Amino acid sequence: MRWALLPQRGRDGGGGGGGDSGSKELTVGSNASDAVPKKAYEQVFANFQKASGITPKVNTVEHETYQEQINNYLQGRPDDVWMWFAGYRMQFFAQRGLAGDVSDVWQKVGGNFTQALKDASTGLDGKQYFIPFYYYPWAFLYRKSVFEENGYQPAKTWDELIALAKQMKGDGLTPVAFADKDGWPAMGTFDYLNMRLNGYDFHINLMGGKEAWTDPRVAKVFDTWRELLPYSQEGALGRTWQEAAQSLAQKKSGMYLLGMFVGQQVPEADRDDLALQKKAVDLIGSAAHISQFLDRDTRPDFASTVMIPSLQEFIRKPDDVAGLTTKIENQKKTIFTS
Amino acid sequence: MAVTKPAPPAATSRRRGPRLTRRDKLVLAVMIAVPTLLHVALIWVPTLLSVALSFARWDGIGGLDTIQWVGLENYRQVFTIYPPFWPAVQHNLIWLVFFLLIPTTFGLFLAHQLDKQLRATRIYQSAIYLPVVLALAIVGFIWQLVYSPEQGLINNLLGRTEQGNLIDWLGNPRINLWAMLIAASWRHVGCIMILYLAGLKSVDASLREAAAIDGANEWQAFRRVVFPALKPINVVVLVVTVIESLRAFEIVWVINAGRNGLELLSVLVYDNIVGEASRIGFGSTLAVILLTVSLAFIIPYLVVYFRGGLVGREVR
Repeated sequence: MRWALLPQRGRDGGGGGGGDSGSKELTVGSNASDAVPKKAYEQVFANFQKASGITPKVNTVEHETYQEQINNYLQGRPDDVWMWFAGYRMQFFAQRGLAGDVSDVWQKVGGNFTQALKDASTGLDGKQYFIPFYYYPWAFLYRKSVFEENGYQPAKTWDELIALAKQMKGDGLTPVAFADKDGWPAMGTFDYLNMRLNGYDFHINLMGGKEAWTDPRVAKVFDTWRELLPYSQEGALGRTWQEAAQSLAQKKSGMYLLGMFVGQQVPEADRDDLALQKKAVDLIGSAAHISQFLDRDTRPDFASTVMIPSLQEFIRKPDDVAGLTTKIENQKKTIFTS
Repeated sequence: MAVTKPAPPAATSRRRGPRLTRRDKLVLAVMIAVPTLLHVALIWVPTLLSVALSFARWDGIGGLDTIQWVGLENYRQVFTIYPPFWPAVQHNLIWLVFFLLIPTTFGLFLAHQLDKQLRATRIYQSAIYLPVVLALAIVGFIWQLVYSPEQGLINNLLGRTEQGNLIDWLGNPRINLWAMLIAASWRHVGCIMILYLAGLKSVDASLREAAAIDGANEWQAFRRVVFPALKPINVVVLVVTVIESLRAFEIVWVINAGRNGLELLSVLVYDNIVGEASRIGFGSTLAVILLTVSLAFIIPYLVVYFRGGLVGREVR
């Protein structure tokens, strides 16, 4: 799961004391640069203005650029309020004093959120540093019409999933769409399998550098993943998630493990076929634990310089798990020292 | 350029040309000082700082007092436990050799053909040169569409877009570097062709006539007469090619952020320093290594150049 959230006040930030002293303006740093989310946020800000009388001045930066510049942004002149992701990275900034404490706000609005969400909004010192705004789960998505036409049942266990995949392959479909050219989508699969095989606590500890990647439980995740690879789209390392999502929309693939944003790639008429909105709410509401996403639950330098190439290597050579996990562990030890 | 007479010994050289007034000297000093200052401040100082940071661990947040000095530890990690490093070095060297061998010779070949006053030679020249106008990021983007596994031009022309028989141009680490080299060469050929075309135009026509009279066929005339006369152009082409290949970055970045067979040292530096990763010390180490590789080409070039060996004239 991952969510982009409404941020916390920058403590030393540019807009600085602006918000506190009762001024009628508030600066907002936004990374919602894509057309659809941007429009949605505009509505939110308009409502905010009507309700509070404070004018939000929104500073929208292109999505990827915003993330890449975040270090400089926060140390320079951040806006009063800025969008970010929950989890480790938020805690990291909070610890460095780059985020403001909003525990007082949580006193008032905390009742609207589950405990899991509150935990993910809490810094290492127990205070809250942000307010969740929206979130969506990752799940195995499929087109209802395809399942009905072929008489498939959604799988409830791993064995059922493999059996379903075999069935789909026999019917000429690619069972599981798969794309990892950009490096991060495969992290979703890893998270998904690790949490279900080894539990939330092990996953979070592994992300936090407290468990070894050479642990046999990690090897189990990769071995299980390997069982699914023959049923996944080949050539994943040359394919973007958008292309894989289109294969789902075109009924060439049966299922796809991805976030809800897959809807952007499906023509509007067919989006209901994915039945996303309601199911997503149910899924999150009933979740015992909520994690973010690998690259938010762990150090970003570890996620981008070690995990992305390592997961891609696994997809290329799924058999050498021992060698791979040793390499990951060696690098992890050099990064998690501080 | 033609050979000029060597200057007389140093003592008399100062009396050649008009005397410089004080004002002239001041103007000269400023004209040299300003660019030098900029150069030192924007290139030399950061380079030396990068070298210094390569011995440190730092994440760029917090003040300079959060820097931890770790000696050669970063270098040890880069050489032993950082999996993308050796592939990146290999790819950089492959890029260099490929660029020196293929697009340069092909550019020369095209220039030689287009020099022959064919009809529509200008159209061919414009068409071949057009990719040079494009930024490398655009070139990468264009070729990404061409190489796309299911929706790309090449696979669709070959009819290989189905699971099981598709060619994974961008995702297969054994072939994606070559795919990118073709894309980059597509652009580089135009650049080289224009340089050689200019050079060929300056080759004395009487040399070629003399060769023809002596009974040389086209290949012999080229090898023995034209090519040696192109020596100064060869130097320029060599420099441009080495720079372009060591500079390669955007074209692989646009494809898949330089991973999975497309690692390059420049990309590794970027990965580690820019963005959230912020491994400033580690990235600086990679930058110093790239600097060293570049210096390995620049220094011999400068040595030969200043000895006057490259263009057959005295520099001093």
